[in-house]
Amino acid sequence: MKPRHKKLVMIASGVTALGVAAILVLNAFQSNLVFFFSPSQVIANEAPIGKSFRIGGLVADGSVKRDDGSTTVHFSVTDTAETIPVVYTGILPDLFREGKGVVAQGKISAEGVFLADEVLAKHDENYMPPEAAEALEKAAKAQKASLVQ
Amino acid sequence: MAINWFKYSSPASFYSLAGKMIPVFVFVSVVLLVAGLYVGFFVAPTDFQQGEAYRIIFIHVPAAWMSMFLYVVMAFWAGIGLAFNTRLSSMLATAIAPTGAMFTFIALWTGALWGKPMWGTWWVWDARLTSELILFFLYIGFMSLQAAIDDPRRADKAGAIIALVGVINIPIIYFSVQWWNTLHQGASVSINQAPAMATTMLTGMLIMVLASWMYSIAVILKRTRVIILERESHTAWVAELQKKGAIL
Repeated sequence: MKPRHKKLVMIASGVTALGVAAILVLNAFQSNLVFFFSPSQVIANEAPIGKSFRIGGLVADGSVKRDDGSTTVHFSVTDTAETIPVVYTGILPDLFREGKGVVAQGKISAEGVFLADEVLAKHDENYMPPEAAEALEKAAKAQKASLVQ
Repeated sequence: MAINWFKYSSPASFYSLAGKMIPVFVFVSVVLLVAGLYVGFFVAPTDFQQGEAYRIIFIHVPAAWMSMFLYVVMAFWAGIGLAFNTRLSSMLATAIAPTGAMFTFIALWTGALWGKPMWGTWWVWDARLTSELILFFLYIGFMSLQAAIDDPRRADKAGAIIALVGVINIPIIYFSVQWWNTLHQGASVSINQAPAMATTMLTGMLIMVLASWMYSIAVILKRTRVIILERESHTAWVAELQKKGAIL
């Protein structure tokens, strides 16, 4: 082997070794790298109960209730398997909607209610004009109706 | 006809080749930029959930893609320079860094401007955002390390090590939204799936990506030419150019 080929092999194996090390480190820190916990994980006690953490999921349909005369809002976060009630006082992001993604930071109370002090909207990766979205929704409804029959 | 590509690995012949190529890339880049911005801001439809604010995607995504792609190219040339001791490869790596850093900064900045109205926050420490910030620090680290070492050959070697180690961060950025749950949404455009975007939106974005490519090539060639002149100032061919008045 020529010296410069030797060098190339050394560089390649060095980078590979670092890559493997990075994979192992990232695996070890897996739980620290997640941005939020799902309601199922919270129910399964995987979230750090007693400390502040984030839960993420969809805002359950029909769950949003606003208190009169204040900015307090009640809603539920669901991952379709489990649902957790959330209370938040403050301004919600524009994209906060029923059936859409949400990430809330806060603590869980003894009664199992999540007391949020920050609510962020998590949107999906789909971009389309409103007409296309409407057409999709109609098609989904039609499909649902035909399934029921 | 066989072209001897290795001819252009000599700084002197690369210098003149790059000089001829720059105007072409500048021209194509300007044309594509105008077309891309026009499609993005006037032709592409409003988004069903984000309204007009989504239009920042036409800057954000091309910048983010370039930031990652340029890093890989930079590390590739730095690695070649380290292994084979070829002068031009290291000069290319040095020339790529500032453009890569600029695109990383643009991606982070437009991301913050987009995050505030849509998510409700300028910044969160999720895996995607954090790894992109680390990319910015890697570029800055590469540039400052090279600037701190006086001997260019030693600077090249030291820089190459940082560049190669940092390559690990690229797949982490790219796959962060799949590996971990993040606030940042998943990829709208990927190799193994149909794009989750309306066609005109996608067209505008891809034109902007091409424009960024052309811009990057033009700027990097220009910067490489300057680096070649700096480092080869003692040689006969540079003296010749100077005599002819070809260098400003």
